[in-house]
Amino acid sequence: MMRRSSLDRAFLIVQRSSALFAGSLVLLVLVFVFGEAQGALSSPGLGAFFLDAGWHPKDGEFGLLPMLAATLATTLGALLLAAPLGIGAGLFNALIAPRPVALMHRSLVEVLAGIPSVVYGLWGLVVLVPMIGGDGHSGQGLLAASVVLALMLLPTITLSTEAALLAVPRELLQGGAALGLGPLARARLIALPAARRGIIAGLVLATGRAVGETMAVLMVAGNVVAWPKGLREPVRTLTGNIALEMGYATQDHRAALFVVGLILMLLVALLVMLSSLFGGAAHSSAPSLRGSRT
Amino acid sequence: MNRERIPYALLWSISMGVCAVLVWIVVDLCLRGIGPISWEFFSQPPTQSGREGGIAPMIVSTLWIVAVATSVALPLGFFSAVLLSNGNGRRFPSLVRSSLDMLNAVPSIVFGLFGNALFCIALGMGYSILSGGLTLACMILPILIRTMEQSLSAVPADQRLAASALGLSKTTTLFRILAPQAAPGMAVGLILGVGRALSETAALIFTAGYVTRFPGDVFDSGRAISVHIFDLAMNVPGADQRAYASALVLVVALFAINGGVRVAARRFSVRLAA
Repeated sequence: MMRRSSLDRAFLIVQRSSALFAGSLVLLVLVFVFGEAQGALSSPGLGAFFLDAGWHPKDGEFGLLPMLAATLATTLGALLLAAPLGIGAGLFNALIAPRPVALMHRSLVEVLAGIPSVVYGLWGLVVLVPMIGGDGHSGQGLLAASVVLALMLLPTITLSTEAALLAVPRELLQGGAALGLGPLARARLIALPAARRGIIAGLVLATGRAVGETMAVLMVAGNVVAWPKGLREPVRTLTGNIALEMGYATQDHRAALFVVGLILMLLVALLVMLSSLFGGAAHSSAPSLRGSRT
Repeated sequence: MNRERIPYALLWSISMGVCAVLVWIVVDLCLRGIGPISWEFFSQPPTQSGREGGIAPMIVSTLWIVAVATSVALPLGFFSAVLLSNGNGRRFPSLVRSSLDMLNAVPSIVFGLFGNALFCIALGMGYSILSGGLTLACMILPILIRTMEQSLSAVPADQRLAASALGLSKTTTLFRILAPQAAPGMAVGLILGVGRALSETAALIFTAGYVTRFPGDVFDSGRAISVHIFDLAMNVPGADQRAYASALVLVVALFAINGGVRVAARRFSVRLAA
């Protein structure tokens, strides 16, 4: 009996330390990224990143506003394309499609979700970019990046919309039907308002993914540091900037790239908090424990 | 009814359009990628920076990286999941859960920075399979823990109570009663983690590196297939076909794994995390 309980106790210590480690991993990431960014945060200072005219790390210019703008522009472009399509497809799947069509559609969307980002990037580079290019433009740029990103966000938005709509209590929809509302009127007047929070949470999560996506955007965005001026003009995003320069960056330059990483982390953390405000995080982690609506 | 016709048509065309684009991407991948696929493609190293030859070293590196990642993340994830699913205490588990949600959202390129700073430099592992695998272990930990926790919590509470009434120790209960029932769900979690590790690129470039040799051991640098695709597409003119073939290999492997998950999940009626 004594031996057993000491085994239990030892095992509990293993569990606790594992969970403690897993739980503090995000802090460890933050500490290391911050630690490496320290050099740049103290010597040119954080202000330089927002005030310097251009990004020429070798000459001590660290202005990353154009790249921040490019990240926001590609994210916005992707959302403008993917949000209506994804919400439409989710609505279609949850409320309108005949069952076999809905099943087929859902498994296709899941397939879409399983394709690695580098493969989307390859498709974008080989197929999409030549279609966009022409008369002096290579085709790599804001539009190409937004379209490829939109394709990657579609599954997230579609599936979260569908899940949110399916979680709407049946009685509400049946009540609508009893009042003589057709399927579309039920969707518009009952299901969509009831599922609003879940849909928004999905959109916010998708936004976070778009901000953090690297490979696919890197392969089609053209990667010239410039303010986004036109749909076909090349841009470089924050993530792309890290991927492009990390290979040869040293000292201040390297530290500056870690500052970029830090900014990305903060952006994404904000979005996660925003999403959990809408019940998104509760939705994504262990819904069975928190008594999710069924 | 007439007024509903237009939105109906719109919704149908949106959904079918999305499907069409997907089919386009997959068909395109198959058509362009199938050409170079042969036995040599799997068994030979690349030549002329990848314009010719195969992807054998990349397959080996990828397998090693995934093996390192899962062998580290699996025990850590399992023990954490056990604690979280036990349900005693409120604050600590919910703190860990929200911290994992945050970790799950960290962009992969930032994991690359972190892995480079911690494993490659601070711990002196350099660009190596070990650095890459450990970085990926951190990355897949949230999804592993989430699915394992769900499958452990899905075991009916009566069984824990019955075990406890029989005087079984917690450890015995876990390994004799809970773990066997939760095993299929935990396997699903593991496979999801492997899938994520296989598709990762950005976190690997600056941790595992991009050397095209066969890796001798885990301290060697090795190029994963995903990194190979990226390099061929961006840095090697005239290697598009080989890039497509590598992508086809990767996607087929992922689909096979996902299909396995789906079959297993249906068979054991496991609820998958969205």
